[in-house]
Order: sequence, then structure tokens, then C-alpha cells
Amino acid sequence: MKSLADVKVGESATVVKLHGEGALRRHLMDLGLIKGTPFKVVKVAPLGDPVEITVRGYELSIRKEEASIVEVA
Amino acid sequence: MANPALHIALAGNPNCGKTTLFNLITGANGYVGNWPGVTVEKKEAPLSRDKGVIITDLPGIYSLSPYSPEERVSRDYLMGGEPDVVIQMVDATNLERNLYLALQVIETGLPVVVALNMADLVEKNGDKINVAALEKSLGCPVVMISALKNDGVDALLTAARKAADKAKGGAAKAPRHSFDRSIEDVLTQIEGLVPAKVDQNKRRYYAVKLFERDAEATAELKLSHDAAARVEELVSSCERDCDDDAESIITAERYGLIAHIIDECLHRAPERMSTSEKIDRIVTNRWLGLPIFAIIMFGVYYLAISTFGTAMTDWVNDNLFGDGWEFFGSAVPSIPALFEGWLSAAGASDLVISLVCDGIVAGVGAVLGFIPQMFVLFVLLSFLEDCGYMARVAFVMDRVFRRFGLSGKSFIPMLVSTGCGVPGVLATKTIENEKDRRMTVMTTTFIPCGAKLPVIALVMGALIGDAESTWIAPLFYFLGVFAVIVSGIMLKKTRLFAGRPTPFVMELPAYHMPALRSWALHVWERVSAYVKKAFTIIFASTIVVWFLSSFGMFEGSFGYLPSMEGIPEEFTDYSLLATVAGAVSWIFSPLGFDSWQATAMSVTGLVAKENVMSTAASLLHLVDATETDPSLWAAFAALFPSAGAIAAFGAFNLLCAPCFAAMGTIRAQMNSAKWTAVALGYECGFAWVVGLMINQFYLAASGVFSVWTIVAAAFAVAIVFQLLRPMPHYAWDDASASGAEASAAATN
Repeated sequence: MKSLADVKVGESATVVKLHGEGALRRHLMDLGLIKGTPFKVVKVAPLGDPVEITVRGYELSIRKEEASIVEVA
Repeated sequence: MANPALHIALAGNPNCGKTTLFNLITGANGYVGNWPGVTVEKKEAPLSRDKGVIITDLPGIYSLSPYSPEERVSRDYLMGGEPDVVIQMVDATNLERNLYLALQVIETGLPVVVALNMADLVEKNGDKINVAALEKSLGCPVVMISALKNDGVDALLTAARKAADKAKGGAAKAPRHSFDRSIEDVLTQIEGLVPAKVDQNKRRYYAVKLFERDAEATAELKLSHDAAARVEELVSSCERDCDDDAESIITAERYGLIAHIIDECLHRAPERMSTSEKIDRIVTNRWLGLPIFAIIMFGVYYLAISTFGTAMTDWVNDNLFGDGWEFFGSAVPSIPALFEGWLSAAGASDLVISLVCDGIVAGVGAVLGFIPQMFVLFVLLSFLEDCGYMARVAFVMDRVFRRFGLSGKSFIPMLVSTGCGVPGVLATKTIENEKDRRMTVMTTTFIPCGAKLPVIALVMGALIGDAESTWIAPLFYFLGVFAVIVSGIMLKKTRLFAGRPTPFVMELPAYHMPALRSWALHVWERVSAYVKKAFTIIFASTIVVWFLSSFGMFEGSFGYLPSMEGIPEEFTDYSLLATVAGAVSWIFSPLGFDSWQATAMSVTGLVAKENVMSTAASLLHLVDATETDPSLWAAFAALFPSAGAIAAFGAFNLLCAPCFAAMGTIRAQMNSAKWTAVALGYECGFAWVVGLMINQFYLAASGVFSVWTIVAAAFAVAIVFQLLRPMPHYAWDDASASGAEASAAATN
């Protein structure tokens, strides 16, 4: 499975599915990361984590650990 | 009251300008407290122009899901029946995500007026929003405003009042937004199962919540067993048909609807790189991010602590509270001198003069002297926060803080705490997660605040005869950070804080120039928290300390010691303070504070750290001495048996519970007596243990052993064990983890 955490800086991808359950999954969905949503990884923090993505026209920062529940293609 | 009270709720995403609007229409003099049962901030204020209208500012949220305390209090308030109308703030520059919450708020069935904020910025980008079309799609009034420029706010309030009146007249039917046909069919059937007593306008909301298997909403409705089974049957069958879970289905439907609305209402100009993106390319750059952050922080402290702020503080201390000053060539006496002059002229007794000048003016003055420094610090930090840079700091620093169980957001309170712990603890409000917030509240005051600097100077002076080398202050900031890290790692493995690391999913808001009004208000909130401390806690405590050190028993009679017959110059040995401190000094004897004076300083230090220096000066009979005075260093050092004990004294006073004012703030932030006790107990306990280890290991190194050596060694082993052991598993942690795995497997 390829997750959001595997997307390289500067690359774009599309959300396929959100794994897991509960608060984090719902929070990511509420922020607009749902099936079929395109996004772009804009940059990675100086210490390698978290990453910053552009989704639905705004900037979101997310740790790689949390990003790993987001399956992408 | 001329008209019946109208309750307006203000809802919106974080960073949508809600607070700016709230401050603008209420004049920002409202009630700030917590929502019942949680530590989420509740702000309520009457409208400045019509006191009959009460505005309630809901927390900034993204959704009405049942997961976070912020979302729950918002839901409970909206569904609880108090608000007559909701003003839903929508950031026009980020329509898509903002409308997601707006749709949910409209779904509650309450009358809603949408305030389209920052529409001017959208137009500047070349985009066009068709307000009439948006009104039609949403089914509620839309008013374009600019909270920053105070545009359109009157029209917004008029529209809100009109919507509330219309609803009260019973004329309004809540607008409905239709999802996909197949989902609508299921929702209609579920709505039929919602108990008949539920208001017509709220039925849709509950139907959607039942569909989402929202436990809270389901519990509220008290469905019959049959109805609940029927709902579950409908939802499961729909999930099978869509090959997705219920929550995802609803979220996708909402975003689908929004895409449709945006197609009709927003005309987008071709994309360009925004100014914010250009700034961010440099500021959070992989290689430049950390150096830029270091330079900015150095700049802030250079201005606030090293140069400008300190120059002003020194001026205040040396002139206003010191030797007097010159004003256009004429000498103006200092404030203590003025008070002394007035009181003598009025014929006050020595007792009263001593109370006012040695007690109150000296104590309160010591605190007020820091105001210029605090002011400069807070002006700069508040700017960085309001313009959006602090969110980037959290982004840059998160990796470091996560290692010991905090998030990048914990860094901001710690920065503020270098000035004063009171606004530092207040700054924890921006941390959404409750565990993180509690942990930050507990540890942030380990960072040396302005009031601890004289203690550091005194201890270092006594230890090495040097209090002014440039490396000393950074060393203690480093030690403070070290205490935070050690505590973070240890506490994270206790039952109180155990659990998965909290997610760090954070919006990075676009940079913007803060509104002068909000910026000034932010600075004022922090400076006033500090000033309030000076005039309440410190005012009261200086009187108590003065009383305890000036009164006592001498040759069988109790009284004001300095005026007693035959009393020696060093009368404090007979004071109440000596008695009280002597009674508790056994607590500190393992730390090497053999004299009651050292205990007295620590005890008055718990009231306020400013007292440590002033108590030292008065107990050592060097009232005019400052912390950089070698004669004070020598007298202070003579109180202790060894250098280890002096170091232990320093460690205890820097790490223990900060001061009454900060303790009060911790109490307000924790919103729980238990958690306040945990925080203060941990701080004092940790400080005591560190002091014990320093003193005992110093003694052991010089060949002195006792039972306390073993105790100190046991503590050291326990700390190392807690730091190194793997994350323990607690029963409920396992249960929820395996539950999550099972359901993940089921959905795969």
C-alpha cells in the first residue's frame, strides 16, 4: 500500500482510502482528505517530519505517522 | 431591559477571523471562562451597542463530529436551545473547507446567517464570488464582511436579528441540502424513526447523526430497541451498497455538495503563487527553516531582554524605585522616597512607614520594574503569533518535541514563559489535545521566567563569584528545557498520560498582517495578567512576609521587633518567619538548607520568585544590596554548609511550583482540583528530588554518606529506569488498540 507518507516532495497524488478508525480518521476526513481528493506534498520540515501538503486550496501540516493511514495512488 | 435578550452564537473554522469579529462587536470586555466540565475556553459578551444581545464565541472547529471536546461543546451549545441565531463565519479565501462546517451548522435547524469574511482578499486575487447564488444554494442569508476593516458588520447584525425574529414567529423552515438519491432515501427512512417529540427543524440533524452512528446523538434520542435495530439495518445495508463506511459516505456527500455549490458561486482566476507561499518557501525551507527561526528568536530576546526592554526596566528600577531621577533638569525623588516623605509628613508611625516602604512598595516595585521588558517581549511574540509564524514554528519544531511526548505547539507557551509563567500557562489554550495541554501546563514553568533571573544571579554569584557572564542565562534556559524534556519522557509513561502520541494535523494559515486592534489586545491580555499579579498576590504576600519578619517573640513578649527594648540589630532571628521556617526546615535539610533563612527564602519563593531576593536581602540585613553585590553573595553562601547545598537551593527554587499567581493560572487552566494538585505536586516533588540528588551526590563525592545518599541514589535509579524503559502497556490501551486493528481488518 502506498501512503501519503511515501509521496515525495513536489509530487501530487490522490486519496484512495483512509484506514483505521476513530478521531484521527474522522478529523482527516473533516479536513477534506476523502476518497478521490487530489493533493500535493509541498515540503518537509527541516528535521524530516512533518510534511506540508496543499489540499482543497489550503496548507495542512501532518506527521508522517498520521499520514500513513491515508492510502494514495 | 428594552428588548428581550437575544443570543447569537458565533461559529467558524480556526483562523477564519472569528475572534477579530467578536472583539470588534463586543468591545472585547466579556466573560472568559471554560465550558462546563472541559478546559475549552468559553467567551461570552454583550454587544457593545445593545447590551440585550449576548454573543457567544464557539471554539474554532472544522466539524461537528463527536471526537474533540471543542466540537462536543459546540454541538451541545447549538442543540441545547439557548442560541436564537448562529452567525457562521466563512473565510472566503478558503470557501471549500469552510463551507463544510457551515453545512453542518445549517443542518442543526437553527436560523443561520453566513458572514463571508475576507471577501476583499478574494477579489484582490481576481476571483469572483456570486453572493446571490451562494444564498440560494445555502438557503440562508449571506453577508459580505471584513472584520479587519469593520465593513459590513452592521448589515450582518441586522440580518442576524431578522433571521432570529423570523424563526421566533414560526415562519422559518430550515433549509435542507439534498445528498445523493440513494442516501436521501435511507436518511428519510431514518428520520421517520426519530422520536416524534424532536422538533421538526432538528429531525434532519439527528437522522444524519444516527446514520453516522454518532454515539452521543444516539444516546440523547433514547431510541427504542426496535428502532435502533432498524437504523443499524438501514445503515449497514447502505454501507454494503456503497462499499464504504457510514462516516465516509456522509463526508463524501458533503464535499460533493460543496463542489457543486462552488461551481455555481465561485469564479476562479488562473492560479498564481500567493505571497504567503512565497514567504513560506524561505521561512520553512528545509535548510533555512531552523537558522531563520534561531535568528528571529535571537532578535526577539536581543530586543526584549538584552537591550531595549532591559534598558527601560533598569531605568525604572534605578530611578523610579531607586535613587530618583531628573526630569528636564529638576530632580524628582523615587517612589519609595516619595511615600516615605508623605507618610512622615502625615505623622505616620515607624511601623506604618516600614510596612509601606519596606514591605509593599519594595515588593510590588520589584515586580512592576519588569513591565517594560515584558511589554517588549509580548509585543514581539504576539506579532509572531498573530501573523501566522508561530504555526510554522510548531511545524519546524514538532519533530523535536514529539520525542518526549509533546507537540510542536507546546513550544509557544514555553517561549512566553521565558517572560512570565502566567501568560505562558494561558498560552497553552492553543493546544487542542487535552493530554498535551495538561502536560505543557505542568512543565512550561520549568523554563526560567524573568523573576527567576535574580535567583540565578544570586546562586551563581555565591557559587563562582560571577553573575554576569553571558553564558549563565543561556545555561539555565538550557537546564529548564532539559527539565521539561526529562519530565515529558517520564510523565508520558505514567498512567495519566499514556496512550498513542496525539496526532499533529494542523492547518498552516496564510500569513497576514495582524489587525492592530487584535494585536494590541493580545499584548494587553498578557501584560495585564502580569500587572494583576503584582497588585494582588504579590501585594498581599509582601505584607504577610513583612509581618512575619518584623513581628515575633523577644524575651517573652510578642510585638513589633524593631521597636522592642534591648533587641539586637539582627532581630529577624526572633521573628515569626524564623519560627515558621524553622518548623518546616526538616523538609529541606536533606537538600542541605541547614539554616532557617534558606528555608524561609524558598517558602516565600513559592509565593513569588521575586521574594527570594528580597527575603535574602532583608534576612541577611543587607537591605540595599542587589543580586549582583559580592557582599550579599558572601553572606548568602555562609548560610549553606557546602557548594552542593547552594546548587541544590538554586535547583529547588528554579524548578518548584512557580508562584501563587502562576498556581492560580494553572488552576484556571486545568479546571480541576485534582489536576492542579497533580501539576503542583509534581513540580515541587521533582524540584525536591533534583535538589536532593545534587546535594547528596556532592556530599558523596567528598566522602560523606548517610541514609539520604541511598535515598538520592534510589531516586536517580528510578528516574533513569523511567526514562529508558519502553512504553508500558495499560489495560485499556491494549483493548482499544486491538479493537482498532480488528475493525481495520474488517474494513479492508
